[in-house]
Amino acid sequence: MTTNNATFRTEMIEAREAPNQSRGVIGWLRANLFSGPVNSVISVLVILAVAKIAWLALGWAVFDANFLGSSREACTGDGACWVFIASRFESIIYGFYPEAARWRVDIVFALLAILIAWLAIPRLPQKKWVALFALVGFPILSWILLLGGVFGLEHVPTRAWGGLMLTLTIAVVGIVGSLPIGIILALGRRSKMPFVKGICVLFIEFWRGVPLITVLFMASVMLPLFVPGNIEFDKLLRALVGIMLFWSAYMAEVIRSGLQAISKGQNEAGQALGLTYWQRMGLIILPQALKLVIPGIVNTFISLFKDTSLVLIIGLLDMLAIIRAGLTDTNWLGFSTEGYVFAALIYWVFCFSMSRYSQYIERRLNTGHKR
Amino acid sequence: MLRPSTSLPRRGHGPLWRNPAVRALFVQIVLFVALAGFIGFLVHNTLLNLDARGIHTGFGFMDQRAGFSISQTLIEYTNSSTYGRTFVIGLLNTLLVSILGIIAATIIGFVVGIARLSPNWLLARLATVYVEIFRNIPLLVQILFWYFAVLRALPSPRQSLSLFDAFFVNVRGLVMPDPQPLDGFAATPWALLVAIIATVLFAVFAKRRQMATGKALPVYWIGLAIIIGLPLIVFFATGAPLEWSMPELTGFNFRGGINILPELVALWLALSIYTGAFIAEIVRSGILSVPHGQTEAARSLSVPGAITLRKIVIPQAMRVIVPQMTSQYLNLIKNSSLATAIGYPDLVAVFAGTTLNQTGQAIEIIAMTMAVYLVISLTVSFLMNLYNARTLLKER
Repeated sequence: MTTNNATFRTEMIEAREAPNQSRGVIGWLRANLFSGPVNSVISVLVILAVAKIAWLALGWAVFDANFLGSSREACTGDGACWVFIASRFESIIYGFYPEAARWRVDIVFALLAILIAWLAIPRLPQKKWVALFALVGFPILSWILLLGGVFGLEHVPTRAWGGLMLTLTIAVVGIVGSLPIGIILALGRRSKMPFVKGICVLFIEFWRGVPLITVLFMASVMLPLFVPGNIEFDKLLRALVGIMLFWSAYMAEVIRSGLQAISKGQNEAGQALGLTYWQRMGLIILPQALKLVIPGIVNTFISLFKDTSLVLIIGLLDMLAIIRAGLTDTNWLGFSTEGYVFAALIYWVFCFSMSRYSQYIERRLNTGHKR
Repeated sequence: MLRPSTSLPRRGHGPLWRNPAVRALFVQIVLFVALAGFIGFLVHNTLLNLDARGIHTGFGFMDQRAGFSISQTLIEYTNSSTYGRTFVIGLLNTLLVSILGIIAATIIGFVVGIARLSPNWLLARLATVYVEIFRNIPLLVQILFWYFAVLRALPSPRQSLSLFDAFFVNVRGLVMPDPQPLDGFAATPWALLVAIIATVLFAVFAKRRQMATGKALPVYWIGLAIIIGLPLIVFFATGAPLEWSMPELTGFNFRGGINILPELVALWLALSIYTGAFIAEIVRSGILSVPHGQTEAARSLSVPGAITLRKIVIPQAMRVIVPQMTSQYLNLIKNSSLATAIGYPDLVAVFAGTTLNQTGQAIEIIAMTMAVYLVISLTVSFLMNLYNARTLLKER
């Protein structure tokens, strides 16, 4: 038999390229920006608006701005005058910390950066010990370094602390303090003992129901009433107590959601092996639950970090308060925009990197059960 | 108790501390005693301290004359009003900015959230940038920015920016026409109420009819016509009893009209923009949570696009959106207490600020302030739980 070559093809035809219109830059533009009349109008409007805003913002912040100088006289351009920030930069970072002792703050900053990097980068080893040091050793070491008064270090009272250093101190203490309290509260809320559960529910719902400002007010006016009259209560310490109590309630709810996600069999298996309650929680339930809610915990950290700015209302000189105080300086009136934009930028960099990290962790942990 | 011990054969034989029920009871008693002791210690200290400072506890101060003025009062208030009155004034101001903020944040949130899902790449990116910028800057910085950097840079009253010669924006805030109701105006709000009730009844009737006959009535349009039309008819039938007090520049300031404080505007802007960014994320995740199969199924049944959205996608998305949205609303109400940083006279600024400083009754005042927020939070959570129970996925 012979094959009729006129009707059959014996070889495959090469796939033809997609039409010009749906390929490359043009194709992408057609698909994403100009897929119809409405979309095209929206795209053009958005392009125009973004271009206009970007032009104004860049002009203000870069092209027409002044960067160099030491006094108000240097502000000659129409745009921003970053000289204001530059002239206050030291106090924005260190507050009123004595200049001769600032190397101590630098050491703490450096240690903090190393610890965070170590814990955040998954490849580095010995996570457990580093975490233990970060939660126990580092706070004690920083406390000694920052406060001084021992080992021949000059004593620096907390009222001289300020700027970014104070912001970070409050944030780190808040985070380190609220996590363990939150774990205890979350376990307590799931306890089968009615009194323990009731106390934890009351505690959590109370702090979650009131604004942080009122908590800080309470800490600053009511805490001194609670302790025996002869004990002097440091202002920073009062704020820290308030912040820790407040955020531990939020932390507890995040951790509780993780505990709920662990199946009952895990606990029952532990019981069958004769493990005690704390062994079951510490070795089986919590490691799984905490890992599940790392993104939620990081989100709580972000909120906590943003809310450290509220301490300015009770008179602590955190970074925002220092900037605000600088704006009332008669030599520098009228530079609010520069001041607040700079503050916003610093906070944004911290918060945005934390939120990116939490998304990254979420993706990493999500590998097994992706839908 | 820790574990029901129904099948422990050696019960009563082992040592007492091995019995879980006994242990649980013991732990709770110890905790109770420790807690009671701690609270007793605090109360004891507080009483001693209050005594040493000569402060008398009690709510007697509420009837004393306050003697300070407040820049925004929704109800009548003078220097000779009582401290109790300052509480009400502050509470109303808090509620005012919260309600305004909730409305604006919801609108911003829905617009931005839907824009993030837009097929238009640029629009989606723009919405993402909005969310990422405003979510990650502390609210306090934003409030201070709007107040000190933007509103303080506005012109003086004489150089006000004006719109239709009726709205004026200047450094002292926004001035706009003030409606003055005359005799007979009361009929209009009543008409509105009647119209709302009529619409609800009509909607119920239309639904029953559709269930029985399968024919749908244009409920939306008829309802809108009733709600807008009836009050309008009544309003003009009673002779349009409303007068506008127009703002006029006399000397250095405006006379007539309503003056909206710049503090209120700054706080409102910051609250709505900040919370709007969070709500946008909630709306987006809510819409994404509806499986695509639902839309495809609707399309294969040739349900029109608008009805697919209204009757299929949105009701399911709402189940995810509403609980999270409520907690954002609660956050907004609590965050409105940041007003105290720019001097907007809200509950915290007026009552927990000025009144506390004048009277020194720290415990009573802080407790009352916290109680207000707690009551709001708990009420809303309670309503939320009811809603959740109603809209829970009915699995059969």
